[in-house]
Amino acid sequence: MFDNLPLWPTAASSHARYEDWLFIFLTVVSVVMTVLIFAVIAVFAMKYRRRHGREATQIEGSLLLEIGWSIAPLGIMMLMFAGGAVLYFIMRSPPRDSAQVYVVAKQWMWKLQHMEGPREINQLHVPVDRDVELIMTSQDVIHSFYVPAFRVKQDVLPGRYTTLWFRATKPGTYHLFCAQFCGTMHSGMIGEVTVMESKDYQAWMTSAAPSGSLAQTGMTLFQQLGCNTCHLNDVQGRGPVLKGVYGNPVQLGDGRTVTADENYIRESILVPAAKVVSGFRPIMPSWQGQVNEEQLNELIAYIKSLNPPPTGEAVTAGAPGGTTPPPSAK
Amino acid sequence: MATAAVTTERKNYLNAEYGIRSWLLTTDHKRIALLYLLSITLFFFIGGFFALLIRLELLTPAGDLLTADMYNKAFTMHGQIMVFFFLIPSIPAVLGNFLIPMMIGAKDLAFPRINLLSWYIYVAAGVLYIYCLATGGVDTGWTFYTPYSSMFSNTHVVEAGLAIFIVGFSSILTGLNFVVTVHRMRAPGLTWSRLPLFVWSHYATSIIMLLGTPVIAITLVLVVLERTLNLGIFDPARGGDPVLFQHLFWFYSHPAVYIMILPSMAVMSEIIPCFSRKRVFGYTFVAMSSIAIAAIGFIVWAHHMFVAGISLYSALVFSCLSFLVAVPSAIKVFNWTATMYKGSVSFSTPMLYAMGFIGLFTIGGLTGLFLATLGVDVHVHDTYFVIAHFHYVMVGGAVMGYLGGMHFWWPKISGRMYPEGWGRLAAVVVFIGFNLTFFPQFIVGYLGMPRRYWQYPPEYQVYNVLSTAGASILAVGYLLPMVYLLWSLRYGKIAPDNPWQATGLEWRTASPPPTFNFDETPEVTWEAYEYDKMPLPEEVTLER
Amino acid sequence: MSDRAGIGETPLAVEHEERPELRHHFADVEQQRNAATLGMWWFLGTEIMFFGGMFCAYLVYRRWYFPEFAASSRSLDLIVGTLNTAVLICSSLTVAMSVRAAQLGRRTLQVKLLLATIFFGLVFLGVKAYEWNNKYKEHHIPTFSFSANDLIKENQKLFGLDQLQNDPAKLQERKAEIQRRSQIFFSLYFALTGMHAIHMVIGVGLFGVITWMAYKGRFTPEYHTPLEIAGLYWHFVDIVWIYLFPLLYLIDRRPGA
Repeated sequence: MFDNLPLWPTAASSHARYEDWLFIFLTVVSVVMTVLIFAVIAVFAMKYRRRHGREATQIEGSLLLEIGWSIAPLGIMMLMFAGGAVLYFIMRSPPRDSAQVYVVAKQWMWKLQHMEGPREINQLHVPVDRDVELIMTSQDVIHSFYVPAFRVKQDVLPGRYTTLWFRATKPGTYHLFCAQFCGTMHSGMIGEVTVMESKDYQAWMTSAAPSGSLAQTGMTLFQQLGCNTCHLNDVQGRGPVLKGVYGNPVQLGDGRTVTADENYIRESILVPAAKVVSGFRPIMPSWQGQVNEEQLNELIAYIKSLNPPPTGEAVTAGAPGGTTPPPSAK
Repeated sequence: MATAAVTTERKNYLNAEYGIRSWLLTTDHKRIALLYLLSITLFFFIGGFFALLIRLELLTPAGDLLTADMYNKAFTMHGQIMVFFFLIPSIPAVLGNFLIPMMIGAKDLAFPRINLLSWYIYVAAGVLYIYCLATGGVDTGWTFYTPYSSMFSNTHVVEAGLAIFIVGFSSILTGLNFVVTVHRMRAPGLTWSRLPLFVWSHYATSIIMLLGTPVIAITLVLVVLERTLNLGIFDPARGGDPVLFQHLFWFYSHPAVYIMILPSMAVMSEIIPCFSRKRVFGYTFVAMSSIAIAAIGFIVWAHHMFVAGISLYSALVFSCLSFLVAVPSAIKVFNWTATMYKGSVSFSTPMLYAMGFIGLFTIGGLTGLFLATLGVDVHVHDTYFVIAHFHYVMVGGAVMGYLGGMHFWWPKISGRMYPEGWGRLAAVVVFIGFNLTFFPQFIVGYLGMPRRYWQYPPEYQVYNVLSTAGASILAVGYLLPMVYLLWSLRYGKIAPDNPWQATGLEWRTASPPPTFNFDETPEVTWEAYEYDKMPLPEEVTLER
Repeated sequence: MSDRAGIGETPLAVEHEERPELRHHFADVEQQRNAATLGMWWFLGTEIMFFGGMFCAYLVYRRWYFPEFAASSRSLDLIVGTLNTAVLICSSLTVAMSVRAAQLGRRTLQVKLLLATIFFGLVFLGVKAYEWNNKYKEHHIPTFSFSANDLIKENQKLFGLDQLQNDPAKLQERKAEIQRRSQIFFSLYFALTGMHAIHMVIGVGLFGVITWMAYKGRFTPEYHTPLEIAGLYWHFVDIVWIYLFPLLYLIDRRPGA
């Protein structure tokens, strides 16, 4: 029933539980105070409602009360301060032996590089129950790395490094947001953090493979650039499935239909927003100036190679005949 | 006053002179207040229009109604217009301007021509801002964060920055006028301890205007210079520091929050005693808490920057200081509530707004504690939780106060009574619409929805739909007073000089007041809020 | 307004005779003068905050980029700066004396002193223009072909470049950094002195009006408030320079540094 009405964000990091308790404490105090004030107002308003024959009693004030209701809230607030300060202190002190991931933010994508080598775009894979430290910088404006499920957020500044650490406690896929306004596609600068069991993570880590032919180099490049994080191989990702696209008609969001030839693929890489496949949002970043001509060729070759051989097996589900895949939005 | 039944109309500030020149060249603080009223109302509705666009866009998770750039401009201009062109001048420049000289028994503010100048500066800035809006607008967010604003945005940052720079001088001059007026123009016998709390609060507000505004002025000038001359003071690519901009920006813009809320508290301190027929509880504490808010407000700015990359220890200090500023606010709320105790409470429209204010401001203030708590702020910073919090303070607080004040002093300003039934209805509609709009944003904020998002994950939709529904109710709530107040100008009952039997000096002159406020300079021999010496008002406002 | 006689009957209004300079809404001249003076003092308070933002930026960057700021500061023309300081102090003196002349009711002297003030103000601006022109020639104006090469040449040791001689890559990097950071100094230098110069221009204009008023005989020993508050403004602008001069020109001129 509450599928569409979440009331509490998932808690998936070591900070999250602490933060939630602090939040609950604050909420309880606030609710008690609010209810108290509302109730007192309501009672006074009813009890001392203007009536004939009854006059207001003049009261100057009370020093004792004033001191009381200054000191008591201050005491409670100092508790809040202490709780928040301790958590903040923990959040700002990364453990020594944590796994490090470098993060480069740019308008409007997250580029992540694991120390072990794998690069990702708008995707971060981390193992469960392991301290991970992000070392972040920005190429252009200020961004902010925010994972609500981990209750962590840190602005990412150009010209200097900021850090953030967390220990994921629950496998799953969580939102990654940019929380600091950074321009046109600020709301498109989102991604996912995937928390994996250790052995799955190891498998993921070793899955990158070297290559030979143009198409194979293209495939490597495809993975290096992180294209595969959205253009998944056989299930719906945030971008269209590319298997079997080449040479076939594509339905666009504005109703037109184009044929996915070399030119279309090239344009879709360099100016992705120009012709967006129906059912998808224009979230793909432009690669203009970031892939050179050879690399474009390699990529196109790879996409071509995804077409099933003429005599080959049946086309995988989701892209019959390479036409429009169903929209990814739920 | 019993001679009111004369056939010829009494001369007052409205009919003393006629013609457009007599308005545009007036130095009468009351007429200038009305000029301000017209101009800020215009900006309120422009800002409100952008709010409507934002809420409509957020009805669905996908970015469908507006383009991303249009959306970014909409929330930027909503923020800038509402903060700089509506909220900051709202109560001070309209009600403060109108009432402060009367409340202290003066004929005018100390510098009437500077007062008019401040309105012209406001208009000049407004025209420049509208020009900026008409030629394409600005998309930096109202906060102008560098280096986005200084180097990356392709919109009209220079025009917007200059407009806000200029409008700052309007509020500096207003503040200057108030401070000097309160110091030097009080009627004989009106000592500081006899001052209405409205004046105390405005005095505190003025000090913030005087000491805070120049800092944002110079900061925006630096951003403009950076864009036009490529200075590089805030640009990391050339050795500058974007975080320094944030420090300078919030050094003004946090106290600016108190510029917006203190005048509203000023209104509350008049309305609540009047409709409870009691002296305000703990006068000295309410008065001093205004000054305390103004003072402490200047040393808490960095709580906007806990995740911006400031040092651990400065974050600790600023967090602690931020809790301190909550104490004087709490004192006010408790004292207002205590004022009702053993009073004789009537549910007139201004009192409904006042009770609404206390409730909403309490929620706004308490959620402020979440943001001051370091570990919690890390999660909710830059999410809808923050949006909800400051709308509870700025809209639930400042705008409720403004509306309450407009109703309370409307008989004095216009000489007419508004229709009480409609007034109460509007107050209730605003209260309901407001809560429906902004309460869901606390939840969606805690769930993690970041602010300034044009499109958002679908699981946040329900709350956004609620919000948009609430916003449409709120819009009706704001249009209602506008309609019936205008209606009352022609058809409302003629207001007596003191319809509420309130104690302030402004009620001891005619409604509407004569050009120089008082036929005789009053001599004050009584304390503020001596409601025991006032008769109960006949319920003139209860129609039919 | 119906019974206008009522206004004249207030106890405060009867105490003094009607004066032409008394504005309608003040009870007496004393109140008017107090209001004007207090207003100017508060205005100067906002001015302090206005410059304060830039001073704050200057101090923060000076702490971070000390060598570059020291070298840039030393490259400023001390003689020109001292000359301007002297000129401004003289102008403040003439302002103070003109107020005194007004108090004594000596109109001709007053006008002469005010003219002298304007003259000193213009000299200051002229010298400033000369100094900025030199900055242009030295390529020290940010973005207008800014170059820190002369600073680099003269301050090898301060910048620690002598230790980098055998590492060309690092040397280049450091040089680029010096270029960027000294540009920040000059950005702030021009923002501060430029803003100060704008205040000087306003001050000269203001004193033009005041001189004209003095010439017309508007000021009497009893009433010369405009002159007084304009004087306050002038002294303030002067004091800003008194802070700018050591902060920009003198701060790093220790012997042996």
